[in-house]
Amino acid sequence: MKPPKFDYASPDSLAEALELLARGQGEARPLAGGQSLMPVLAFRLAAPALLVDLRQVPGLDRIDIGPDGVRLGARVRWRDIERDARLCTAAPLLAEAIGHVAHYQIRNRGTVGGSLAHADPAAELPGIAVASDALVEVASVRGQRTIAAGDFFLGALSTALEPDELITALVLPPWPARRHAAFEELSRRRGDFAMAGVAVGFELDGNARATGTRIAAIGAADRPLRLRTAESALDGRTVDARAIAEAAAAASAEVDPADDLHASAAYRRNLVGVLVERAIARACPPPFNRREAA
Amino acid sequence: MKVRFTVNDKPVSAEVEPRTTLSLCLRDHLRLTGTHVGCEHGVCGACTVIIDGEAVRSCLTLAVQVEGRSITTVEGLAHGEDLSPLQASFRRHNALQCGFCTPGMLTTAHALLTEEPHADEARVREVLSGNLCRCTGYIPIVHAVLDARVAYGGPAWTGEAHAHHGDGEQR
Ligand SMILES: Cc1cc2nc3c(=O)[nH]c(=O)nc-3n(C[C@H](O)[C@H](O)[C@H](O)COP(=O)(O)OP(=O)(O)OC[C@H]3O[C@@H](n4cnc5c(N)ncnc54)[C@H](O)[C@@H]3O)c2cc1C
Ligand code: FES
Ligand code: FES
Repeated sequence: MKPPKFDYASPDSLAEALELLARGQGEARPLAGGQSLMPVLAFRLAAPALLVDLRQVPGLDRIDIGPDGVRLGARVRWRDIERDARLCTAAPLLAEAIGHVAHYQIRNRGTVGGSLAHADPAAELPGIAVASDALVEVASVRGQRTIAAGDFFLGALSTALEPDELITALVLPPWPARRHAAFEELSRRRGDFAMAGVAVGFELDGNARATGTRIAAIGAADRPLRLRTAESALDGRTVDARAIAEAAAAASAEVDPADDLHASAAYRRNLVGVLVERAIARACPPPFNRREAA
Repeated sequence: MKVRFTVNDKPVSAEVEPRTTLSLCLRDHLRLTGTHVGCEHGVCGACTVIIDGEAVRSCLTLAVQVEGRSITTVEGLAHGEDLSPLQASFRRHNALQCGFCTPGMLTTAHALLTEEPHADEARVREVLSGNLCRCTGYIPIVHAVLDARVAYGGPAWTGEAHAHHGDGEQR
């Protein structure tokens, strides 16, 4: 369980970090919190020639909240999100979901950029990014670009990042004042990776009809997914027991989970429906969240 | 590579490979074997140390990453020969059996109570969920941490009567 040999650099500017990644020609890897990369190295699933530690690169650890939404620097840690009270109103779905990420000690080191780049199919942040139509800001010596979260995750541990590119930030669009949202997941133990998780958001018009519905799932396919048929099952309808049940059934039918040692595919498929039902019901403000009122 | 940092208030330096984890550096290079290594991939919590006030897994941290930082290991908790109030509470509550998980439990709880002396039982349980113990069943550990809060400026624990056996010296 010892990592293979590699060289180590700790650049103190973004330009130098990008230069090192470019010169590495695919053999250099960024190192942020190390909470995913170190286990990968310990299992020898990767053998990079050079680790480019981001710890001294300035400006990547800021949380900015403005008219364009919430901008999370790549080196913002779970701990920083948890402790920023502004996020409870500026990005409530994020704040709620991040409460489920990993354990205390890991939360002190794990970062936004690391989670996005690692792209674990059950990780919470990628799911929130997809549910929120967030943008991933990326830089390399060739310049900067922005990738829509929906185009960023290509599969398990696979993203649209080029080897010389660094994530600099994740931008969550402004949170509509009237949006209702909830995040639900099931894991064996708080802090463990979810067996599946679901993020739901919608606005309600005067007749309790859902608009702008978004439903996303983690741990239910090889990447975080928007559940489009479940969204259309709910969108434009009064949020009552029937609409919720139909959205849940659509969600179960739509996902493509895998068997693993924690749960079978059939179990996960069913679970996604249950979580969608719970999340919608909990997202509804009173009095709509009273099931019998539906 | 040469790395310099502070361990338990003492400046130290070590000559390490970039791949040397902090846990290995502490144990093999600095001979501070109080930090235990269970899984070496981040799941057991036995290797927890405190870096500048924050509990982290030393097996998921490279020694070269802690240049200039200040580290507290389990060896840094006691005051000379006297157990710290947290350690004494672990003893009183029989919160250890084989002791393998104990360094990680103590460092995690010390970091928590230093920052959050009022942590309630739910918070203590959530925080300790990242530390595995194969012996105790966790209940005495949770009680020991709750009972130690008062030493950090937190509330006194009125807790479960059966967890105390009067004189505090057991068996
Ligand atoms: C026991 C355990 C339980 C966990 N449970 C959960 C959980 O429930 N949910 C969850 O979401 N996560 C969980 N994690 C993972 C944890 O949240 C990781 O911290 C996170 O996924 C990766 O962040 P990091 O900063 O540690 O990245 P690192 O480990 O440093 O890097 C991960 C990958 O991202 C790349 N990278 C890092 N930063 C950048 C960047 N800015 N640009 C481009 N590439 C970059 C690295 O090269 C590497 O490939 C768990 C980890 C452990 C050990
Ligand atoms: S040895 Fe570090 S978490 Fe198990
Ligand atoms: S006392 Fe034996 S593992 Fe905890």
